[in-house]
Amino acid sequence: MNNEELPIFTYSQPGKIGVNLPDASVETTPLPADLLRQDDLAGLPELTEPEVIRHFTRISQRNYSIDTGFYPLGSCTMKYNPKLHEEAARLPGFAAAHPLQDEALSQGALQLMYELQRDLAEISGFDAVSLQPAAGAQGELTGILVFRAYHRDRGDTQRTEVLVPDSAHGTNPATAAMVGLKVVELKSDARGNVDLEDLKAKLSPRTAGMMLTNPNTLGLFEEHIVEICRLVHEAGGLMYGDGANFNAILGIAKPGELGFDFMHYNLHKTFTTPHGGGGPGSGAVGCTAALAPYLPGPRVRQREDGRYEFFTPEKSIGRMKAFHGNFGMLVRAWTYIRSMGAAGLRKVSETAVLNANYVRVMLKDIYPQAVDRICMHEVVLRGQIAGAPKDVRALDIAKRLIDYGFHPPTIYFPLIVPEALMIEPTETESKQTLDRFIATMRQIAGEAIETPEVLHAAPTKAPVRRLDEVRAARQPILRYDAAAISRLQSES
Amino acid sequence: MAYNTPADLRYSKTHEWVRQEGDEVVIGITDYAQHALGDVVYIELPAVGSTITAGEPFGVVESVKASSDLYAPLSGEVVAVNTDLESDQAPINNDPYGAGWMLRVRPSGASEELLDAAAYAAFVAEIEQ
Repeated sequence: MNNEELPIFTYSQPGKIGVNLPDASVETTPLPADLLRQDDLAGLPELTEPEVIRHFTRISQRNYSIDTGFYPLGSCTMKYNPKLHEEAARLPGFAAAHPLQDEALSQGALQLMYELQRDLAEISGFDAVSLQPAAGAQGELTGILVFRAYHRDRGDTQRTEVLVPDSAHGTNPATAAMVGLKVVELKSDARGNVDLEDLKAKLSPRTAGMMLTNPNTLGLFEEHIVEICRLVHEAGGLMYGDGANFNAILGIAKPGELGFDFMHYNLHKTFTTPHGGGGPGSGAVGCTAALAPYLPGPRVRQREDGRYEFFTPEKSIGRMKAFHGNFGMLVRAWTYIRSMGAAGLRKVSETAVLNANYVRVMLKDIYPQAVDRICMHEVVLRGQIAGAPKDVRALDIAKRLIDYGFHPPTIYFPLIVPEALMIEPTETESKQTLDRFIATMRQIAGEAIETPEVLHAAPTKAPVRRLDEVRAARQPILRYDAAAISRLQSES
Repeated sequence: MAYNTPADLRYSKTHEWVRQEGDEVVIGITDYAQHALGDVVYIELPAVGSTITAGEPFGVVESVKASSDLYAPLSGEVVAVNTDLESDQAPINNDPYGAGWMLRVRPSGASEELLDAAAYAAFVAEIEQ
């Protein structure tokens, strides 16, 4: 069977059409010549409707998703997305609401936003929530813009530095740089925590704040979190909490009570809204009462008569997004919180941590753990198998997992761990699935020792073999180019 | 694992090398650095005439694995940039001490602590532990 699916242009044939347009009832006029495309692209592809449907359906069937298999992609929290949420999001009152329709006609949608603001604030220990940001990185940008506005409002214009640990997600330093602040990197200590001495040395009157993920990207709870928050506050800085790993502490620890001033929630990770090609993100943010006046609006509040209304905080940094955030995701997150309940959310984190530690204990004798500690919701192992040739790398192990039908874990992150394999099983997987994954990982370790060439050649059972990632990055083909495609086909 | 560390160069602890050539120095990244990064696919370098500051980032190098800052081993004015690397980054991996050079700089005095080849090799061995 020829598995290859070519670009849609290659199926085009002049004159084929998929849609019969009615005759124009008005006089037609050709487009002015200066508005016509003048490049070498010979128009749009011409296909029948079934050909278009089959092309895109075939491509969609190549997709790997959480609905087709285990997806332990560390840091991404690829948990199952309950179908109940889809039903809620499709209720006509939500799905057909227009973002510009009158508040009086949108009371149900406003009530849902109000309750979600309140629930997220309760779960995280904060005073105020804005649902505006479109995803996690925009939540970060919101937070650091709020920090800057807060310091400026106090007349303190010297605070130009943001402290970021060397284990952080790349979005943290990128966020600080985007706000025009200087990134100061903090070292990690031998137990995977922020190095307190390094932190003390780098705090100064220039410190605007610190960005910290807890549990951190090593999947470890920051053991000195209270001390870190105290030190940063004493230096006049603010604490930003990256909520990427919030899935590990629901109902157990509240960032607001640990000492954070601001955080974002990845509704698309922790609160199960579909992501990774399955839907947009949602990066709602929460903060202390002191920072609430700067939050982006509109937010929702309840009037004395019980009705709901939008308002914009008095010193708001402004909008972060058109209309009201990714509203469909807010409906799904609200549904999740209501269907789990407080006890259920705590169970989510307990099970996520238990699952990760089960994988950790069952694999760490062959895949050394980056830092030998009990982990939280994910575990970082090293793809360095004793007895295997040195040129067997994390990449080879990841590619071989594809042959066995698993999505690979995150590899080469965090950057401070050589040959990192970052595994996040999540709470929605059964022990049977985890056991199958563990057995496969152990089998691959055996192959790495006895038949390393099998790993180097992997994947061999996927629709496409190993891609030349280096060439794709160095010589990208970014649009349909018939000559380039036929050249590539003749090479392979 | 043994990495190439030519004896006539000096090295920073952030894995840049420095070669003295008359009043100027040439700067690139070490064999260890290119090996740790993997295949480099993108690079951002400063413009000729700009200044770099010891210990501060002067550019970005991106591989299929990660994107990393390049740190200035010393302060000075950039007098030449290897613009060939913008279209073809392979020399950074294949020939890090030759065709993979990045900047030519006229030093202005300040410098990071630079190691000789033996000390740098020992430093790398320690990291690899």
